[in-house]
Amino acid sequence: MDGLSSGQNGPDLRVDIGSLVLANPVLTASGTFGYAREFAQLMDLHCLGGVIVKGISLHPRAGNPPPRIVETACGMLNAIGLQNVGVDRFITEKMPYLEGLRVPVVVNILGDTLDEYAEITARLAGVPGVAAIEVNISCPNVKSGGVAFGTDPAMAAAVTKAVKGRAAVPVMVKLSPNVTDITTIARAVEEAGADSLSLINTLIGMAIDLKSRRPALANVIGGLSGPAIKPVALRMVFQVARAVKIPVVGIGGIDSAEDALEFLLAGATAVQIGTANFINPRVSEEVVAGIARYVQEENLSSVRELIGAVRLG
Amino acid sequence: MAQYQENATVTRVEQFSAETFRLTLQAPQIAGDAQPGQFVMVRTGQGKDPLLRRPFSLHQTFSDGGVQLYFKVVGRGTEILSRSLVGERLSLFGPLGRGFRYRPEQPAVLIGGGLGIAPMLFLAREISRQNSSPASGCQVLLGARQKGELAVVMEDFAQYGSVHPATDDGSLGHHGLITEVLFSLPLPAAATVYACGPEGMLAAVAGHCRRHGFPCQVSVESVMACGMGACLGCNRPASAGGYTHVCLDGPVYDAEELLWMV
Repeated sequence: MDGLSSGQNGPDLRVDIGSLVLANPVLTASGTFGYAREFAQLMDLHCLGGVIVKGISLHPRAGNPPPRIVETACGMLNAIGLQNVGVDRFITEKMPYLEGLRVPVVVNILGDTLDEYAEITARLAGVPGVAAIEVNISCPNVKSGGVAFGTDPAMAAAVTKAVKGRAAVPVMVKLSPNVTDITTIARAVEEAGADSLSLINTLIGMAIDLKSRRPALANVIGGLSGPAIKPVALRMVFQVARAVKIPVVGIGGIDSAEDALEFLLAGATAVQIGTANFINPRVSEEVVAGIARYVQEENLSSVRELIGAVRLG
Repeated sequence: MAQYQENATVTRVEQFSAETFRLTLQAPQIAGDAQPGQFVMVRTGQGKDPLLRRPFSLHQTFSDGGVQLYFKVVGRGTEILSRSLVGERLSLFGPLGRGFRYRPEQPAVLIGGGLGIAPMLFLAREISRQNSSPASGCQVLLGARQKGELAVVMEDFAQYGSVHPATDDGSLGHHGLITEVLFSLPLPAAATVYACGPEGMLAAVAGHCRRHGFPCQVSVESVMACGMGACLGCNRPASAGGYTHVCLDGPVYDAEELLWMV
């Protein structure tokens, strides 16, 4: 595969997320990188380990009314409301471009019911260019009173099984941090057959505008992302990586190679860059270069030596 | 269309009132490609707080590679920006969005209210530059709180057309709203109206144009994180149903495309 050759000139950056082989450990996070084409003119997409596209539902979604975003200290809250074109238009309108990329494309999926998750997965099965599926389980389960799938071990396991049963490619389950003990959910999802885990999704937060005395977001609450959440994300990755045997992909406030390397040391096999794409569209390219530099400077034979290598005690 | 991330050097800082500023920066790639009505995303600092870039309409570009931003201090980002020093470097990303679809050969009425003055200078200049008959200059209506915000920019606008000012405190021009000036002004036949300003002003201008049969384009403001269609944070309701995204579909719209949030 052409896209995997980029690491051969420099240090060995290849990582394996189960059977999904990446040229380097840097992916772009769902919802922060559009359908990749938006960034094509601004950076070299082929330097990425992989691209994770905007979350796809069974039917198109218009999303929430404005305002959808608000800046907070070292971060931002968003309540976009999962606006997307739906799986059918995604396949016909977005996949042809993505299929042409020499980079693994991971499709993020979401649903309101188990059946929806299963149906989207079935429609994606056999679509050329889909390297893996990432499952967003932070959505409310409409058949269980709107409790998020990802906050209950049994429901999280059920979604994982529903997707695994129909999937033709590896399945990565994206965990919600808005839980009492994320390792419990992680183990349940692993037992249900997930090939890998990615964490964390956004932390639920809120901001109030003092002039209007209204919530800053039309949706009242939203997901916090950006550097503000990095220590929380790093802690959760550390805990989950020690609780499961499947690979873990770290997400949360990463905007530099240093941040990414911390996540690898904490136990992540790869990382996703999210909010930072909004501020510097080239950031993921810079993170890949920075990781390569570190691997070289530290005389490592491979970036894989860093995974989980945090020194304790 | 090409977009650039440029480390732009501040070459001039002007202060027009307690909270109104104009920055001139060297950003040759952006200056070379920008169209009136387009915007840039500006990083106000190097650190993680404030985190997001801020969107600004291009006030003016220069053939020497300069770009100008006209802004008011409304929050932390603009407050930091207002303290910029000559020689300092700021990251600019742009030019972004869809600008004005102007027809230089036809009469133009430009209306800028408050911060909405920003994109109008660039538009006035381009219309004037491309217009083969200099006698039919633009009509420029500028509204502000007080004289200081207008005095200097009025001189710039005067090169391109006749300027009609209005101030909230009556310190310059009409004492009252800029829309009152518009309503009292006989508009030339076949004129196009271009407006930028607060939502209420735009709604009033759009309504006036609809009633009198003048085509109207508006430049609207929105919070946004990325400015390039990735975050989907800058939506607003469209008259055709659903949402439109200011960063890609705008910031300039035909007024009829939008529902007013007033």
